[in-house]
Amino acid sequence: MVIDKGHGSAGGGAGASPVSGPRGPGAPIEFRLDAGSGVPTYLQLVHQVEHALRLGYLKPGDQLPKVRDVVASLAINPNTVLKAYRDLEMKGLAAGRPGQGTFVQATLSQVALPELTTLRRSLSGWLAAADQAGLDEDGMVALFTSALRDFYERRGGSRARGGAASGETEGIA
Amino acid sequence: MSINVIETNGLGKRYGGTWALRECSLAIPAGHVAALVGPNGAGKTTLLNLAVGLASPSAGGVTVLGGRAPGSPAALDGIAFVAQDAPLYKNLSVADMIHLTRNLSRRFDQEYAETRLGELGIPLKRKSGRLSGGQQAQLALTLALARRPRLLMLDEPVAMLDPVARHDFMAIVLTAAVDDGVSVVLSSHVLTELERVADYLILLSRGRVQMAGEVDDLLASHRVLTGPALEADRYAERPVVHVRRAEAQAHLLVRATAADPVPPGFQAHPVGLEELALAYLREPGAAALPGPARGRHAEPSEVAK
Repeated sequence: MVIDKGHGSAGGGAGASPVSGPRGPGAPIEFRLDAGSGVPTYLQLVHQVEHALRLGYLKPGDQLPKVRDVVASLAINPNTVLKAYRDLEMKGLAAGRPGQGTFVQATLSQVALPELTTLRRSLSGWLAAADQAGLDEDGMVALFTSALRDFYERRGGSRARGGAASGETEGIA
Repeated sequence: MSINVIETNGLGKRYGGTWALRECSLAIPAGHVAALVGPNGAGKTTLLNLAVGLASPSAGGVTVLGGRAPGSPAALDGIAFVAQDAPLYKNLSVADMIHLTRNLSRRFDQEYAETRLGELGIPLKRKSGRLSGGQQAQLALTLALARRPRLLMLDEPVAMLDPVARHDFMAIVLTAAVDDGVSVVLSSHVLTELERVADYLILLSRGRVQMAGEVDDLLASHRVLTGPALEADRYAERPVVHVRRAEAQAHLLVRATAADPVPPGFQAHPVGLEELALAYLREPGAAALPGPARGRHAEPSEVAK
């Protein structure tokens, strides 16, 4: 459940073009809100930027939507947008330029595309085996999440960049 | 900027034998979009009217924009107020409403007003009374913002609007907050949208302030504990605001932070603004304020961006 919550529905929307395509004017991504998700608004914005970084919709040097534009299109409190951008700055993913706006500073896709494809293929194999054994989707997610947690705990708490996940599961043992 | 846009001290207003507002002490710092929330008859409109100077206190005092008297010239210049149901002279054309408002205000940005109304597709020649509800609300808002206020006060601004008009209306209000640094105080009983719009909350109930503070602080200082109903009473010594109990399971809304220990057998969840406000409104007796209503939030560091 945790892995994809807040990410699955996120992203640059259907109209946004991937890295290769030509870019229109304005910011490369546009935020959307899911009022029923229960995820705080600023976290939804953070997740959508992270998601766009993972998928290559956003690259270092790209400008994030201007605070004013986000406020005008979503009718949300400006401090919420500022809080999201501050969060991204603290994670080292974005940086503010005085008088200009906030720009992408780093990328989240640490792994090259061919490698990702290989990893994805081996995961698909695992999924097929899990399906064969009778696990449903929720069961697979639960098992994966639990194995992931064990993996990082064994490595001595050096958790991957998991701000998103830890924010949502906070306190739920 | 560390001023309080509205500050009250033991403020009370009595109509006949009934107190519409009493012992109200709060300080709303500048730079926020503050929501005044409460059921009908809680005293929201009374508080706004006292702050604008449309009514005078029966007890205590109120100042605006950093210590000015409501109704004083400086206060009138710096505050724009849109009363409930977008009050307009229905027989006047939009152009006449602009003209009237300009003549009644010391400062009025005609270009802003006309540009905005043009963007909204509101014809200047049409009579105000013949505009749609959404357009009337937008006209009243435009006239208010064209006065270039430092504080915008809105009494139930979106209660009568459909979802699209409501969204567009709030987008204009919030954009003004970004562009011009306008502080906003709005009353509402529509809880669902507040979480996106407001970053400061004042909860009024039966004429008294029940809760006040920055939304982030309020959310961070409350948790929901879910656990066995039998154990629920053991934690009565904790500041429990509201309990929802079934045969086996109970949900306790408590004043606790993420750092506070979770009792064995219980799970702690963060709480949303709507859930928090509802819980307090259901417990009018929960008189304790999560934080001091006065003083603490006047710290400049909280206001600075």
